[in-house]
Amino acid sequence: MSVIADAFSAALDMIVRSDATLTEIALLSLRVSGTATLIAIAIALPLAAWVAQTRSRAREPIILLLNAAMALPPVIVGLVVYLLLSRSGPLGALGWLFTPSGMIFAQTILIAPIIAALARQTLEDANAEYRDLFTSLALTRTQRTKTLLFETRFSLLVLLLAGFGRAIAEVGAVMMVGGNIAGHTRVMTTSIALETSKGELALALALGIILLSIVLIVSGAAQLANAYLKRRYV
Amino acid sequence: MTPAMNRLKFLHFLLVIFVATALRAASAQTASIVVASTTSTEQSGLFNHILPQFKKTTGIDVKIVALGTGQALDVGRRGDADVVFVHDQAAEEKFVADGFGVRRIPVMYNDFVLIGPADDPAKASGRDITTAFKSMYNAKSAFVSRGDKSGTHAAELRFWKQANLDPASEKASWYRDTGSGMGSALNTAAAMSAYILADRATWLSFKNRQNLKIIVEGDAKLFNQYGVMLVSPQKHSHVKAAAGQKFIDWLVSAEGQSTIASYKIGGEQLFFPNAVK
Repeated sequence: MSVIADAFSAALDMIVRSDATLTEIALLSLRVSGTATLIAIAIALPLAAWVAQTRSRAREPIILLLNAAMALPPVIVGLVVYLLLSRSGPLGALGWLFTPSGMIFAQTILIAPIIAALARQTLEDANAEYRDLFTSLALTRTQRTKTLLFETRFSLLVLLLAGFGRAIAEVGAVMMVGGNIAGHTRVMTTSIALETSKGELALALALGIILLSIVLIVSGAAQLANAYLKRRYV
Repeated sequence: MTPAMNRLKFLHFLLVIFVATALRAASAQTASIVVASTTSTEQSGLFNHILPQFKKTTGIDVKIVALGTGQALDVGRRGDADVVFVHDQAAEEKFVADGFGVRRIPVMYNDFVLIGPADDPAKASGRDITTAFKSMYNAKSAFVSRGDKSGTHAAELRFWKQANLDPASEKASWYRDTGSGMGSALNTAAAMSAYILADRATWLSFKNRQNLKIIVEGDAKLFNQYGVMLVSPQKHSHVKAAAGQKFIDWLVSAEGQSTIASYKIGGEQLFFPNAVK
C-alpha cells in the first residue's frame, strides 16, 4: 500500500515545513467551523433549555423536528443556502455567496439542530432530577435554566465537540456555498475532494491525516479544559 | 449567584464578543471579481499560472469557482459570477442570446482525447473518433460518462450522435453515467478499466492513471474551444463590469495570450491561444 505510506510521509513533510497554503486552509477550516459552532450554541442552548422545561403543545412537534434535522444532508443544506444567498435569491443582497460568511451560515444551519436535540435531552434529564428541589426553593425559570446549564456543563461540552466535528468534517455544504476558491474559501475537506479528483490520492490522504490531527488536538484541548474545570468546581 | 456562575456569565460575554469579531472579519471584502469556470482550467493549474501575472498587471484579485460548464453558466445566469469562462460553444451562444452574457469571445483551445485501457478491448486505437465510438458500442466495452452537462459531456453526446448511436437512452449496462467532474470520472474509469472522453489538460495533470492511456487523439472533431463572457450588467446590476471587462481584455491581449501559451506540463503545452482581434 504505497499510497498510504506516501500519504503519511507527505503529511509529516507538510507539517514539518509548516506549508503556508496548508496553514491558511487549516486556519480557515477552524475559523469557519469554530464560528459556526459558537453561533449554533448561542441558538441551540436557549432553544433546548426552553423545550426541556416547557409544557407547551408545540413541545412534541419541535422535538420531532429537531431529532429529524440531525440527519440533514450537508449537500441539501448547501443547496438551500446557495439558493438563499444567490444574487437571484432572497438574501442575495448580503453578497455572502462564495465567502467564508456564507459557509459559516450553512454550517450553523447544519449543526444547530444536532446541538439543540442532544442538549434538549440532557437538560430534560437533569430537570427531572432537580424538579422537586427547584419547586421547594421556588426558583424562577431563569434561575432554573442557569442551574441546569451549569450542572450539565460537562455533557454540553461533548455536544459542542459533536457539532464542531460534524461541521469541520462536512464537504457538501462548504463546497456549494463556498465554491472552493483557492486562497479564499478553500478548506480542508474541499481540498481533499479537489486533490482526489486530480488523482493525487496520496496528497488527499495526507490532508485527511492532518484534518484528523487537528480534530484530535481540539478534542484534547476540550478534555483538558474539562478536567481543569472539574478539579476547580466539583 | 455562585462565583462559578459569574464566571459562566463572563465566558458567555467573551463568546458573544468573539462571534461578533469573527463575523465582521469574515464579511470584510477586497476588490476582486468572481469567475465561474470549468474544472479543466482550474485543476490543470492554468489559473495558478496566469492569475499572478494578471494581478501584477491590473491589481485585481480573481476568485475562480470551478464547475462543469452547465453549472458555471447557471451561476452566471443567477448573477453569482462576474465573468464566465467555459467550453461549450452552443450553450455559450444560448447564454448570450438569452441576454445573460454580453458577448462571447473565443480565448483559446485545446483538444479532447479518448482515454481507455492499454489493451484496448474495443480495438478503437488509431481510428477517427466516430469510428472509435462505434467500435466501443459494438464491443460493449465499459464506458464512463461525465453525465453532468459539462462541456466534455456535451462533446461526448455530440460524438455518439455523429455515430448515430444512443447508449444513454438505451440504458446500456456498459455505459456508466457517473454524474461527476472530470477528475472523479477519471478515477472511476481508472478503477474499472473503462473508456472515457477527457480534455487533454485534465488528463495531462491527472496522477492516478492506473493502466489507462490515450486511445484516440488528433481528430479535427476533438477540437475544444474555450470562450469567455461578461455577465450582463443589465440583468444583474451588481456585476463588476469594469473589472470583469479588464480580465477579458487581458485574456485576449498579447500579454494574456502569451501567458496562456507559456503554460506547460512536462514540456507539453496545455492550451493554445486563438483570440480573434
